[in-house]
Parts: sequence; C-alpha cells; structure tokens
Amino acid sequence: MSDLVPAVVAEGLTKRFGGTEALRGVDLEVERATVLGVLGPNGAGKTTTVRILTTLLRPDAGRATIDGVDVVADPRRVRALIGLTGQYAAVDERLTGLENLEIVGRLFHLRPAEAKRRGGELLERFDLVSAADRVVKGYSGGMRRRLDIAMSLIGRPSVLFLDEPTTGLDPRSRLAMWDLIDELVREGTTTLLTTQYLDEADRLANEIAVIDHGRVIARGTSSELKQRIGGDRIEVTVADAADLGRVAELLQPHACAAEVVDAERRQVTVPVADAGGMVPVVVRLLDEAGVKVADVGVRRPTLDDVFLELTGHVAEEADEEVAP
Amino acid sequence: MTAVQTHVPDGPIWVARDSWTEALRHLRAIPRNPEQMIFVIVQPVMFVLLFVYVFGGEIEIPGYDSYRQYLLPGIFAQTVLFGSSFTGVGLADDLQKGIVDRLRSLPMHQSAVLVGRLLSDLVRNVATFGVMLLVAFVVGFRFEGSIVGAVGATILLFAFSHAFSWIQALIGLSVGSVEAANSAGFIWMFPLTFVSSAFVRTETMPGPLRWFADVNPFTALTDAVRALYNGREVGSDVVVALGWAVGLTAVFAFLAIRKFSSTTR
Repeated sequence: MSDLVPAVVAEGLTKRFGGTEALRGVDLEVERATVLGVLGPNGAGKTTTVRILTTLLRPDAGRATIDGVDVVADPRRVRALIGLTGQYAAVDERLTGLENLEIVGRLFHLRPAEAKRRGGELLERFDLVSAADRVVKGYSGGMRRRLDIAMSLIGRPSVLFLDEPTTGLDPRSRLAMWDLIDELVREGTTTLLTTQYLDEADRLANEIAVIDHGRVIARGTSSELKQRIGGDRIEVTVADAADLGRVAELLQPHACAAEVVDAERRQVTVPVADAGGMVPVVVRLLDEAGVKVADVGVRRPTLDDVFLELTGHVAEEADEEVAP
Repeated sequence: MTAVQTHVPDGPIWVARDSWTEALRHLRAIPRNPEQMIFVIVQPVMFVLLFVYVFGGEIEIPGYDSYRQYLLPGIFAQTVLFGSSFTGVGLADDLQKGIVDRLRSLPMHQSAVLVGRLLSDLVRNVATFGVMLLVAFVVGFRFEGSIVGAVGATILLFAFSHAFSWIQALIGLSVGSVEAANSAGFIWMFPLTFVSSAFVRTETMPGPLRWFADVNPFTALTDAVRALYNGREVGSDVVVALGWAVGLTAVFAFLAIRKFSSTTR
C-alpha cells in the first residue's frame, strides 16, 4: 500500500512563531528513491519544514505524511521511519564514535549486540574505523558530520532528512560530503535535503523546490529551473556608464531571460542559453558598436539569480530562522 | 535500502530501557571527564577542612561534643544538592548541541531523555557521596545512631537531591545556554544552603535571616539527617524534609516534563 503514496507528502503546512509567519502553506512531495532539494535563503522556512516533517514541530495547519503515516497523529511510528541530520552535528562529544552509534541503535530498539554490529558497519562505510574508539571531541568537522549522518542511518530509515548538510564545512569536506550523499542516493535512500547553494541542489537533487518567505515558489528538475532562469550569465562591464543603455539594447535579442543593469558597477548581466558560443558574438557586437569594454565574463547562475528571476528580489540574508 | 518494520515497542519496560540507555550515555562520559568529579569533591572537602580545622575550634554547638558531628551532615546535604546542578547544565548542553533534537527524532520514549539524565545524575551523586563519606571518616566523623537511621538519612539526602535535579532540569530547559544554566542553577544554592542550620544554629542569626533559615527546607533536611546520623530525637524534621522532597519532585517533574514537551512543539 505504502508504495502507492510518495515517501513524503506535505500539504498546506503553515507555522507561525509569535508575529512571524514562518510557513505560509508549504506543499511538497518526495517520490520514493529520489532526492528532493529544498533550496532557499536563510529564514525561508527550510528548517521549519524539516522540523515539522521529522515530528519535532507541530504545524498550525496542513498535514504531512511519511510513508503514509501522519506526522502529527502518529509521531512515534514516523520516527521509526526517518533519519535526521540537523544543521549542527548532533554528536555526543564525550563518547567515542562507536558509542554514539551504539546508543542511537539501542534507542532504535536494536539489541545491544546488533547495535554494536551495525555501528561497526557504518563506521567502516563512513571511513571512521580508525577513529571508532576515539572520543568525538577530537574529531574534525568533516568527521563529525560523517558520524552524524551515520547516526541517522542506524535505523535503516525509509526517508533521510539532511538539513544543510554542508553548511560550515571547508571546501574539501564539502566535496567529500557530496560524494557520500551521492552514494546514499544511488543506493536508493529517499532523501530530502535543504540547502542554500544552487550548485549543491544541482549536484545532488533529482528535483528542486525553491522556497521563499514560507512558500514553495518553484518546482522542477535542475535543468527545468535553469531554463526558467536562463542558463549562464554573461557579465559585461563597460568603461563608461553612459554606454550601459546601449549595451543592454544591443544584447537584448540574445538574452534568454531578463537582463540586469547595475549602474553602480557599470555592469550588464545577460542570461544566455549557451555562454560558450555567445561570448564571441557579444564581443564582436560591442566592438562593432564602438563600446569601450572594461571586462567580459561568464558565470554560472547563483541562488540570487534564481530568486531575482522567480521573485524579482534577491535572496537577501534574512536572520537565521528561529525555532523555539 | 529497505525500511525496517515500523514496530515501535511501548509500555513501561521500554520507558525503563530507553531511560537506562540514556543514563548509560551520561555515565560512560563520567570517567572521561574526571576533572568534573574532582571539582565536585574538592569543594566540599575544602569546606570540611575549613570548617572543622579553621573555624571549628571557635564554634561550639550546644548538645554536640564535637563540631564535626554537627557539621558533616550539613556538608553531605550541601554536596548532594550542589550535585543536582549537573542536571540542568547537562540538559542545556544537549539542547544547545542539537542532541535533544536528534533524540526526539528517534522512536524512543521522549520522557527517557529526562528520566535517563536524572538517573545518571543520581548515580553520580551516590559516587560523590561515597567519597565524601570517606573523607568524613578520616576527619573523625562517626555514625552515632542506628544503621537503619543512617540508611534512612542517606535515602533522604538522595530524595532531596533528586527533587532539586527536577528544579535544575526545568532551569536547564528554560535558559537556553550552558553558561546561563550554570549560573542560574548554582547562584541561589549558596544562600539556600548557607542561610540554614547546616553550619551554625539558626538561633545565632539576626531576625530576617533566622526567619528564612527556619522556614528553609534545607534546614529541615540537615536537621533530619543530622539527628538520624547522630542517633538523636528526630521530631518532625524527617516528615517535613520528606514532604518537601516529594512535593518539589511532583511539582517540578510536572513542570519540567511539560516544558520539555513544549520546547520544540
């Protein structure tokens, strides 16, 4: 029966903290054995959504199910189905890596011997065997994160929640974490992942839900979203700000989405479908028109571009959302 | 990966098992942080040495041949009460580090987070008390009452510290940081334990202080355990102290559990 419903379903979730509306009707679905990337800036409602889906928070309205089990009506059954890795590595620093895993295994009601065996298995798989009997206090940030994820896998969860799994990691640990998540996904772990980084969602998720001000504002695969926001950006910086209007006009026919003119930086940003092929065209056009160009560059779209296109505003740095 | 059966064991046995697992988590950590235990023990030992050997010569308590027979039960009571502050600090630490969130996302009994914590603090307190007792014997303290009385007094001490652990649990769940839990949990225990009959008789104190000392539940506790350890007439103190322990436990366990379930709800 449970194969018919998506692994995660959320319908019209709302949540208010005092005067702040954290969620204003979030709808989500995660199909079995896929990864949904929930993409949004700080304060958009990502963590609140994850906390509701993992039974840590009760929604004011709306409903959500994991494998068809209602998160409000039957939280304990839901907890047996999920694994959660929150924003901060929730590991007990006073214990060893293996002990951390054993304790969580026992709280999943595995027999002590089974909890130990499973802990050993996960340590091996997460490349922590040599640190198994060391106290976690001495672990690096990347090691803690790996242990944290291992702990959320002890109960062989049907759905794994990863709330900003790479926030605060150095670039190398971040890449290692991506490989790790990739591997989990290939094994068919249904995953809901939140992130502030477009490249992360792009790399890891089958489908992306863009969330802003407590609402899902766009959904689709990474390439669908990119088409909507128009692929790469060519950035032209002119020597004389007076040329800005002319440049925008010249390049407009080649833009696949709205151009952005930034007078302060004397810059025109042109979303294009094929940046590689377009750069020579742009340079030639500008040259023919006699525009003095200070710089021409190509960059990948960022979260800001997504938001600018979808909402008309940039993904401003809101305060970290507060979960009481 | 295939999902495991969503069988969630329920019932009192599972509450006990989950609580024990949680207690184990804390107990395993104790031998790895010996400095914590040392601090808990050094402070009362210093008090014992100070009061017995520095002030003790000047202090005479009517009815007691030696001040140490009067003093040590009070130090015992203070030690186990101070020990209760670990509960709040530990809970605040788990909250701050996101460990409470992790635990709440597991199919365990939610109350085991609190019960396990209190259980481990009780065990730790018993260990601390054992060391204190040794020190007490070294400086010449003796049980002058019956074994039953001494055992009863010891149980009363732990019932009291357990009650205070629930107060500390509520503080730890309310303040939001380890540092705040540390000061908020500790600062009021100084007047509570010093403005009492633990070190001197309340009759020697000026009016308002004496009034406070006389109604202070800590006075009832020290008077009760002192009488029991020394084989004296206990009067109503045991009943009063036990009443406080039970009452505080009932009220603060209720408040702490309610606070815990609303913390993230």
